[in-house]
Amino acid sequence: MSSLLEAQALNAFYGDFQALYEVELSINEGDVVAIVGANGAGKTTLLRSIAGLLKNDAHSIRFNGTPIGHYRADKVAKLGIALVPEGRQLFPSLSVEENLKLGATVGRKGHWSLHSVFELFPILKERRAVASTQLSGGQQQMVAIGRALMSNPDLIMFDEISLGLAPVIINSIYEQLPQVINQGTTAVIIEQDITRALSSASRVYCLQEGRVKLSGRTDELTRQQITQAYFGVAA
Amino acid sequence: MTEWLNAIVQGVLLGGLYALFAAGLSLIFGVMRLVNIAHGDLIVLAAYMALTTVMVMGVHPLLALLVVIPLMSIVGYILQRLLLNQTLGNDILPPLLVTFGLSVILQNMLLEAYTADPQKLNGGAIETASVSAGNLSIGILPLLTFVIAVLVIVCLQWIFYNTALGRQFRAVSDNQDIAQLMGLNKGHVFGLALALSLAVCGIAGVLLGMRTSFDPSIGSGRLIFAFEAVIIGGLGSLWGTLAGGIVLGVAQTVGGKINPGWQLLAGHIVFLLVLAVRPRGFFPRVEH
Repeated sequence: MSSLLEAQALNAFYGDFQALYEVELSINEGDVVAIVGANGAGKTTLLRSIAGLLKNDAHSIRFNGTPIGHYRADKVAKLGIALVPEGRQLFPSLSVEENLKLGATVGRKGHWSLHSVFELFPILKERRAVASTQLSGGQQQMVAIGRALMSNPDLIMFDEISLGLAPVIINSIYEQLPQVINQGTTAVIIEQDITRALSSASRVYCLQEGRVKLSGRTDELTRQQITQAYFGVAA
Repeated sequence: MTEWLNAIVQGVLLGGLYALFAAGLSLIFGVMRLVNIAHGDLIVLAAYMALTTVMVMGVHPLLALLVVIPLMSIVGYILQRLLLNQTLGNDILPPLLVTFGLSVILQNMLLEAYTADPQKLNGGAIETASVSAGNLSIGILPLLTFVIAVLVIVCLQWIFYNTALGRQFRAVSDNQDIAQLMGLNKGHVFGLALALSLAVCGIAGVLLGMRTSFDPSIGSGRLIFAFEAVIIGGLGSLWGTLAGGIVLGVAQTVGGKINPGWQLLAGHIVFLLVLAVRPRGFFPRVEH
């Protein structure tokens, strides 16, 4: 099987602080990969590195074989990698529809358009003209997901997909997830809830203090192994 | 009574010119939080560009706009991409210092090229023509300036809120990182913003040059008027900028009516009063 995205010896820094150490990662086409780990383990840093918000060594990240570690975020987006950032991060001065349209800036063709996003999240069609700041948290997450889908990405990454949302909203977002991923998209999900991560993903990576502690197929790993990698101690 | 009314009407029309000075300044502050100290000198540069165009091609100054506007836009885009983008970051000091330096360089370049002699764009009959309304007589050129100012504001407003470009301006203004994630090259978007800002400077420069004489040193004075109009109107609001320009213009002409020496002083005093009473201006939009 061909690797869609590969990280090799990825080191990431914030100034003098090193956030990732020699991270190795391989994501195949069609995979759903969960990244778990405690706060400060480097999960968000990993996604920011892939998305181009953090500059890295060119060859430390490859997408379809192309070294992209040194690419700027907009060039990465044009290649077909989308990030749904932590905390939604919608544009407050743009309406719902304008937020979604901005997601289509890269101009990649595919299944997703304003029409199909509104079909996936009908509530957004009703509220298309509303300022994005006036939506509930769950609706904002829908806009954030829709905005990322509008670029018709080959790889979509969700940072803390359920953070700050009510459980019933989280359920409905996860119910929509297969529809999102079935359109030939590969996905990476950061999720605090290990049970949910394991049930929706095919592979899991466990980060601890900037290093990959454990990785493998979700059906081959035991809960105990993951808990141990998560907390760094025998549970 | 008519004299006072006349002063107010002239002030409102003068405010149109000040709004044109200010609109470009307001625009780039809104998009990239850049305070462009060289803004006034760029307006003067546009006036000299028009002067050269008029002399070389022998056309009317208003026709010279067809050369000046595109040329100023190109200057803006290149200036932003090559110079100003390198200065933008979390610190607001570098762009201030660099545009201040740019202001000094521009003044001296204009001095070398055109000397310190005052120049004027000759608009011909339009400069002295007027229309009568009751007892008032309104100059065609000030009226035209005001109408152009309103049209420019309408146009900028439309670009900002109804086009893909405007969406991109607002998105990078909200959050540069996330805008970049959506595939926007912020360097390019900023370049377009300064291009648009300098296009407005081009219009302002030509109208300024037809109204009064100019020399390479007057840029900083125009910058002050632009700043005052922006602050009075409220940061980030285009219509507020027009209102600010009008308030400033009326203050100056009415002040000048009371005592000719008070013209500029009255403008500054009204500006300070507005700052004291409404520090965020009349129609603030920016929340920071």
